Amino acid sequence: MSDSQEFRKDFPLLGQKMNGKPLVYLDNGATTQKPESVIQSMCGYYGGCNANPHRGAYALSVEATDIYENARVRVQRFIHAPAAREVIFTKNATEALNLAAYSYGMTNIGSGDEIVITIAEHHSNLVPWQQVAKAKGAVLKYIYLEADGNLSTDDIAAKITPKTKLVAVTQVSNVLGLVNPVREIAARAHAVGAVLVVDGSQSVAHMAVDVQELDADFFAFSGHKMLSPMGIGVLWGRAALLDAMPPFLTGGDMIEYVTEQHTDFAELPAKFEAGTQNVGGAAGLTAAIDYLEKIGFDRIGAIEKDLLDYALPQLRQLPFITLYGCDTTQNNKTGIITFNVKDVHPHDVATILDAEGVAVRAGHHCAQPLMQYLGVNATCRASFYFYNTREDVDRWIAALKKVREVMHLGA
Amino acid sequence: MGLEAIYTELIAEQSRNPENKHHLTAPTVVLKGRNPSCGDEISLELRVENDRIADAAFTGVGCAISQASTSMMIDLIKGKTVAEAKRLMALFFGMIKREITDDAVLEELDEAAALKNVANLPARVKCAVLSWHTLEDALQTEKEK
Repeated sequence: MSDSQEFRKDFPLLGQKMNGKPLVYLDNGATTQKPESVIQSMCGYYGGCNANPHRGAYALSVEATDIYENARVRVQRFIHAPAAREVIFTKNATEALNLAAYSYGMTNIGSGDEIVITIAEHHSNLVPWQQVAKAKGAVLKYIYLEADGNLSTDDIAAKITPKTKLVAVTQVSNVLGLVNPVREIAARAHAVGAVLVVDGSQSVAHMAVDVQELDADFFAFSGHKMLSPMGIGVLWGRAALLDAMPPFLTGGDMIEYVTEQHTDFAELPAKFEAGTQNVGGAAGLTAAIDYLEKIGFDRIGAIEKDLLDYALPQLRQLPFITLYGCDTTQNNKTGIITFNVKDVHPHDVATILDAEGVAVRAGHHCAQPLMQYLGVNATCRASFYFYNTREDVDRWIAALKKVREVMHLGA
Repeated sequence: MGLEAIYTELIAEQSRNPENKHHLTAPTVVLKGRNPSCGDEISLELRVENDRIADAAFTGVGCAISQASTSMMIDLIKGKTVAEAKRLMALFFGMIKREITDDAVLEELDEAAALKNVANLPARVKCAVLSWHTLEDALQTEKEK
């Protein structure tokens, strides 16, 4: 029995059927399923402790505040941040990256300055920087890839120059599934006086993250890709940077004092958390971190590696499958397998897999510039989590063998 | 869910080798249609003369359903008046939304009626209607000229 079997009972949704077949959920890069403990933490919050935090003088509100602020401390420890006040709650990684772009980028980047990102960025860590570059007359430069899909070391050195004010990079590509050399990029960025923004959306759920060891200046992630509910995300930033930034959203709860014509803003983290926040989501995020830490990232990583090592040789045996990002020589591959079936559009592949109960992603994965760079219109992606099993891989591969049959292309 | 019914050989064939997939020599309107979430992308070319679609063709990339639907639509509208094309458009949308289910009524859609079962694949409806929405926009563009 594989290690992952014991976790499956914790995830009510994994017991479901899809199109009459037991569900094989392989779209964890898009969002993960939620364990019972996370669902219960949400129910517990709304059923027993719901009140507006930071406001009421009554016990329930104090309890809601405690739940919310406890989540901040849990996140701080989870990513090894120096201080809890540096942890800003957002609705997701996209909002976190927009906060960094609009509040830090728009203020600190000017005409002729350069922003460096990689061609493997998700739109969430690309479009905001494109907007900053356009608004400020800055130049947006891209680090491209080696033949094996890894970031070009030469390009990292060449593109990050004394003109560079900001570098934004994903820790793990959501398409190629490769871990990027964030520490090396940080060293290069800091050597030229640039700040480093790291998108941790595809990493925090799968590996231990230490933002200090990475030497990042900002680090963003979504809760829903790490067992939490949707609608809660995090931007961590260095206190000195966050303190100097203007607020992103303004309004209730982020103020010190308001008069007719002037507002003094609150200190961190409240300065960046305008309006009533997602306390239920924060409760869920806390439960998710508890669950992940109980299993431990060593085990999570080992399960995902086993699935990868089990699936890849079988896929390579299928002459009609093209793989992307699966030939890295650097032992930095995570459980994301992007592929195409010869002569079949990815959407048709996904629909045929769907009929077999297998959920994969098809399309451009919010990474159109990467698709253009790879010279493909769209791809399919299977992404594993620790609750996936070798049996899931078997079902997926069996379904893949059916695709060309259904499309009348022969086996 | 009738998947086999949808991916009939006809659709697979249409998408692999669609006879309507080429450029027109003198189009009066060329319009791109995209499904941003999928990457389906077609460019519809029409030659409209005296309120009649004298010729039509398309280029682009996409899934079997969007490609086949585009090709079938072109078969249907070529030679028709703009008003007739709009009536067929309404019929197609009605079929995909399951508002029109009478096969006798849908017979007019000819081969495109084979896409009726796409209504059973909610995630794929947008693939089937892409070309028709593009036609709607193209006829509007033509009208505003």
